Amino acid sequence: MNTQYLKWVFICALPIAVLFFTYRKWTSEQISYNEEIRPIFNKKCIVCHGGVKKNGNFSLLFPEEAYAKAKSGKFAIIPYDAENSEVIKRIKSHDPDERMPKEKDPLTDEEIQKIEKWINQGAKWENHWAYSPPKSRIDVPNLGNEWAKNEIDNFVFEKLKHEGLSPSKEADRPTLLRRLSLDLIGLPPTLQETKDFVNDKSPNAYEKQVDRLLKSPAFGERWASMWLDLARYADSKGYEKDLDRSIWKYRDWVIKAFNADMPFDQFTIHQLAGDLLPKTPNESIESLENRYIATAFHRNTMANDEGGTNDEEFRNMAIIDRVSTTMEVWQGTTMACVQCHSHPYDPFRHEDFYKLAAFFNNTQDRDLYNEKPLFRTYTKEKEQDVVRLTNWINLKLPANLSSVKYSEKALLAEKTNDYLRKLGFYRIEAESFDSTSRHIELWNNQKEIMQTTEGAYTVYEDIDLTNIETVKYRYQSGAENAYIEMRLGSSEGELISKVETKCSEKEVNVGWSRWNQYTTSSGKVKPTKGVHDVYLVFRKGKNFWTDLMHLDWMELQSSKMPIRTLPKPVQDSIEKLATIDAIATPIMVERPQNKARKTHVFIRGNWMLKGNEVQPDVPAILPTMKNYPKTRLGFAEWLVNKQNPLTSRVIVNRFWEQLFGTGLLESLEDFGSMGSKPTHPELLDWLAVKFINEDNWKVKSLLKTIVMSATYQQSSFISKELEAKDPRNLLLARGPRVRLSSEQIRDQALAISGLLNPTMYGPSVRPPNPTDGAWRREKSGNQFRRAIYTYWRRTNPYPSMITFDSPQRNVCVSRRVRTNTPLQALTTLNDTVYYAAAQNIALKMQLSQAKTTRDKIRAGYVHIFQKQPSQSKTTLLENLYNEALIDFRKKKSTKAELLALTLTANTMLNLDEFLTK
Amino acid sequence: MNRKTIFEEAFFEQATFNTRRHFLKQCTSGLGGIALSSILGGCFQSEQKIVDENPFAVKPPHFPAKAKHIIFLHMEGAPSQLELFDYKPELAKLDGQLCPPSLLEGKRFAFIKGTPKMLGPQATFQQHGQSGAWFSDYFKHLPELADELTFLKAMHTDEFNHAPAQLFMHTGSARVGRPSLGSWITYGLGSENQNLPAYVVLVSGSEPSAGKYLWGNGFLPSVYQGVQCRSKGDPVLYINNPNTIDTELRKKSIETINKINELTYQEIGDPETLTRISQYEMAFRMQAEVPETMDISTEPAYIHEMYGTEVGKASFANNCLLARKLIEKGVRVVQLFDRRWDNHGTDEGSGVDIGLRRNVEYVDKPITALIKDLKQRGLLDETLIVWGGEFGRTPMMENRAGDNNTPLKGRDHHVDAFTMFMAGAGIKKGYSHGETDEIGYYGVKGKTHIHDLQATIMHVMGFNHEQFTFPFQGRNFRLTDVSGKVIQEIL
Repeated sequence: MNTQYLKWVFICALPIAVLFFTYRKWTSEQISYNEEIRPIFNKKCIVCHGGVKKNGNFSLLFPEEAYAKAKSGKFAIIPYDAENSEVIKRIKSHDPDERMPKEKDPLTDEEIQKIEKWINQGAKWENHWAYSPPKSRIDVPNLGNEWAKNEIDNFVFEKLKHEGLSPSKEADRPTLLRRLSLDLIGLPPTLQETKDFVNDKSPNAYEKQVDRLLKSPAFGERWASMWLDLARYADSKGYEKDLDRSIWKYRDWVIKAFNADMPFDQFTIHQLAGDLLPKTPNESIESLENRYIATAFHRNTMANDEGGTNDEEFRNMAIIDRVSTTMEVWQGTTMACVQCHSHPYDPFRHEDFYKLAAFFNNTQDRDLYNEKPLFRTYTKEKEQDVVRLTNWINLKLPANLSSVKYSEKALLAEKTNDYLRKLGFYRIEAESFDSTSRHIELWNNQKEIMQTTEGAYTVYEDIDLTNIETVKYRYQSGAENAYIEMRLGSSEGELISKVETKCSEKEVNVGWSRWNQYTTSSGKVKPTKGVHDVYLVFRKGKNFWTDLMHLDWMELQSSKMPIRTLPKPVQDSIEKLATIDAIATPIMVERPQNKARKTHVFIRGNWMLKGNEVQPDVPAILPTMKNYPKTRLGFAEWLVNKQNPLTSRVIVNRFWEQLFGTGLLESLEDFGSMGSKPTHPELLDWLAVKFINEDNWKVKSLLKTIVMSATYQQSSFISKELEAKDPRNLLLARGPRVRLSSEQIRDQALAISGLLNPTMYGPSVRPPNPTDGAWRREKSGNQFRRAIYTYWRRTNPYPSMITFDSPQRNVCVSRRVRTNTPLQALTTLNDTVYYAAAQNIALKMQLSQAKTTRDKIRAGYVHIFQKQPSQSKTTLLENLYNEALIDFRKKKSTKAELLALTLTANTMLNLDEFLTK
Repeated sequence: MNRKTIFEEAFFEQATFNTRRHFLKQCTSGLGGIALSSILGGCFQSEQKIVDENPFAVKPPHFPAKAKHIIFLHMEGAPSQLELFDYKPELAKLDGQLCPPSLLEGKRFAFIKGTPKMLGPQATFQQHGQSGAWFSDYFKHLPELADELTFLKAMHTDEFNHAPAQLFMHTGSARVGRPSLGSWITYGLGSENQNLPAYVVLVSGSEPSAGKYLWGNGFLPSVYQGVQCRSKGDPVLYINNPNTIDTELRKKSIETINKINELTYQEIGDPETLTRISQYEMAFRMQAEVPETMDISTEPAYIHEMYGTEVGKASFANNCLLARKLIEKGVRVVQLFDRRWDNHGTDEGSGVDIGLRRNVEYVDKPITALIKDLKQRGLLDETLIVWGGEFGRTPMMENRAGDNNTPLKGRDHHVDAFTMFMAGAGIKKGYSHGETDEIGYYGVKGKTHIHDLQATIMHVMGFNHEQFTFPFQGRNFRLTDVSGKVIQEIL
């Protein structure tokens, strides 16, 4: 069906097969379940006798099921007795009704013999290797080779020796530094940096470069790119409406965490359960903010704002996504299938999924429009405005209000709200309503309610109505009249206010948002005591049409409130204070124990079909949680404890893949029995153990170990022999050479051309984008920020990112596919940003001190690639330049030389060597 | 959006920025005289070969297929079957009566509240052709093709909101994240024209409510996502050169890129470099062929008359003509989305009476022309045409105000019954599959689920839908999820 696929399979299978057979030679005659039997079962049997189907009540997923009596009353596997084991009888049978696998090709004689032998040797079950922790001491092969620079190289060399291969020589320094720099900070070195390195004769010249790069603030930006794919970070909520989501503070947190080299165990705990960490005495606002913002990791789940959707359904979807994502990111385990039934191949039961879900099922968020709970902070500038205004208001307050003061320990934004409330300013923006009937939709990027149907309602939870006498609404409406009812507890609850609205426009004018005037209306509120859930219900007036009104805010007023006694300028200042926007970031907050949700198994994954209730726990195949509380925090701590066999292996493998293009275990997302086999299992384990014990979970130490290896520093030249024997470089006899990521390609062009705006952090920005005009409102200079700051709309991501294989960020993605397509060529040839880069480089060439055209072109090449072009490449570029020059002169261009240089630079920015590391 | 404008605007932005921040610095530091010793080894002589790692190489399906191409005409918003093809005289008799509660029990509607009134067909119906297919008087042209089409009268779906229902129709799942039908097909079959995108999407009205997910690649490699060809600006993103670079210069620059890449290949020996060379060649050919294909001005006058096209206008008619041109050039999948069919009757003129009649007028002639044109060019035999919306509409009046007093004739979303039609590629001609009850509320015979439709489309394209899978998150996924049966009756 797909020849390319077959080719891939072949390419992958070849070295693995080679490894496999070599491995066999070392083992004794004992048959290994993992090595020899499980692959047969997985391939031939488990589809019908596994986690999905359990035909004849016989399953090979768990040993207790495999050794148990099957439906036929017979034992499929009787240890030490192959002859009487039903499984042997069935696979050897010649009766088509009896013979297994049913209606498929029979097992080969060799396979049957293996299974017989395995049973006769006692049918010893083995868990899949990845579920057993690595040995704490792993012997590094000592082959006395001079090539090795650290332990990694000994593992690699040993394998190469077995294959009859030898490592490649070290890459030349410009190439090596470019590779290192793009890998560690996502940017190429400057010419000066390359020069310094080339001229540095000290023995630790390379290490100095590594240390310099690890300290660069650009380091965090580069590695955040990788993490944000896993976190499915985006600046919009996804689904139909795909409205904006303000969650960039989380992105900044990730960058800062990488730069600060936050140990990975902490990094994990903060993201999964930062909100649950015990508050330390005198904890700074910054520390508190950091651990809450980190929890936005799991608030990156999509949210559905389409009218008519059920919030509880999409809350459940988010929980399911959180389980799948957590298990994929930290455990290299794909759980999507376990939502509906037990895992087809791996030892995870259906209920395991929901036991894990129980850890996540008790957070306050529930697919609300307003994304509550939110963590509110001010920008530095706004913080000053707030302080200035409050100081002024404080000065003007009469003595009886002197108790209305800032409490110093509270967070600034919460503090402001509290202050306003105490002064009696009680305004609720429409954007902060809590829930809606399915007949209501939002408008103007969820800032306004757009009412659509008679009887539609919105809810504001926990509103204190004590002393409230009147309510004032601000709205737009084209209808002649309509009513807003205020009811308690439900949309049919006690009516406490009914305000008639009027047409805000010059004339009655219904229809979809053809209005632009606001007006206000007020009305009495029946005296009510205490805190209530307030429902605003919309009622039609004389005429009904759709789209009755847009509500901007409501204000609850009382003559007893202090604000009524203050002079007008003070009142105005209070109102001004209220309109200062805070940055609101969605976070995780646990519901109180007395309101805790129960978690049930969803039968066949259907959230409306609830099965047994389950308690939070981890799958039985993994180490128990007995030393940890069964909370989200306990679970996070369990994930990064030393006994967890998967976390460290999975994580070091992710970083390895980023540097080499392929993981030591290729399927980064699947360490299960159907995932790939590690090419260098001992090396993987050695790195995993070192990461915990020696590196203390520090990513920078891990990366340093890898890039300091001779393996990493090899030349990437591919000899005919290597192309034939190891086309995908799984044996690592040469250095990595893969196409750069979408971010690296963009950032490299910006950096080299001098266009890069190195500003870090802040809201995402919109570079010129032919598919979205919003970039026109972007502040000048922001179009040249690093790729990581590009606004990510899930339904319409920035085109060149998608073209160069960034995922859409709807769900967690471990591995990017690397494609090579004409649309990529068109992007780097014609996208404005790449052409702008070429123009800037042309300018540099034109202004260079070089005398001849040839030298100018060389200077341009050196500027881009930090090394000299060969004579023949220079000649080719020079010829192009000359032809272009003639052409532009013919066209009477006044800037012929610059245009010809621009075309030459544009050409250089499209070379294979530019797009590849 | 005009191409020149964005380019110039962007350049202007860059120029100001540049002047402010960098220009002085550049003038003072310069580039000349900096030299590094060349460390690279000499050139290796090697046999030149171009490795074809092309993801769009033509691949054979599971079995010989009737269809090589597919055109999916999606009427976004969901047209009312009751005013177009599903003739229900009984419903006319019930017009204005209150809906019996039995029809409402356990049902969820998007907007109907309380007890609505029944709404009789707003169109008159007549049979056409030898097949006697029913068409409403809204159609003036399509009835000429009565004996060419197969109707699916008892379609049903699971989703009653637009976006999920559209996702369900095009990806087999109401949730975001699965590959679209077109992505599956291009992944499975590759493309017969390497100079055009294999999977083209054309949109009229505004973008469909489920947006680009409808032609997304899901978990398949991103090369298989649909390419939305736009009617303004670049038809394909970045297909046009910057203003200063003409075709001749672009050709020379790509030649230079490829020659240097050949040298790089000799230095490094990476086969990916050879792939890149062929991709740049392909990009250049696309630059010529895409604008040429997307330009309808060269079509003869009688074709414009036939489709009702106007050069330079963004319209469904123009998209139909483009669909033919794309199919003629070997494009595998063409999808047209036309957003205007959500006839709730909440505004004057938006109901199933006036509004729907006007909508049909807009598409009737172009659809008829497209099918006839394909036929006269001998392309209909190898092109599967699918027409329909994401769900149907209720036989009840919408009653959004809840008081049954509205003068506007609107119908709400309905999942249990709607009509689609197919044509071409060996699908039965002049046939109608499935029936609904007397008021067009439920299918009673030949009920066809969305997954059945998808299974059938896959079958016509040469795939066993159960075997055409892709592993993702530990599971083999397929378009039809865990169900779907090929509708043998219409083949």
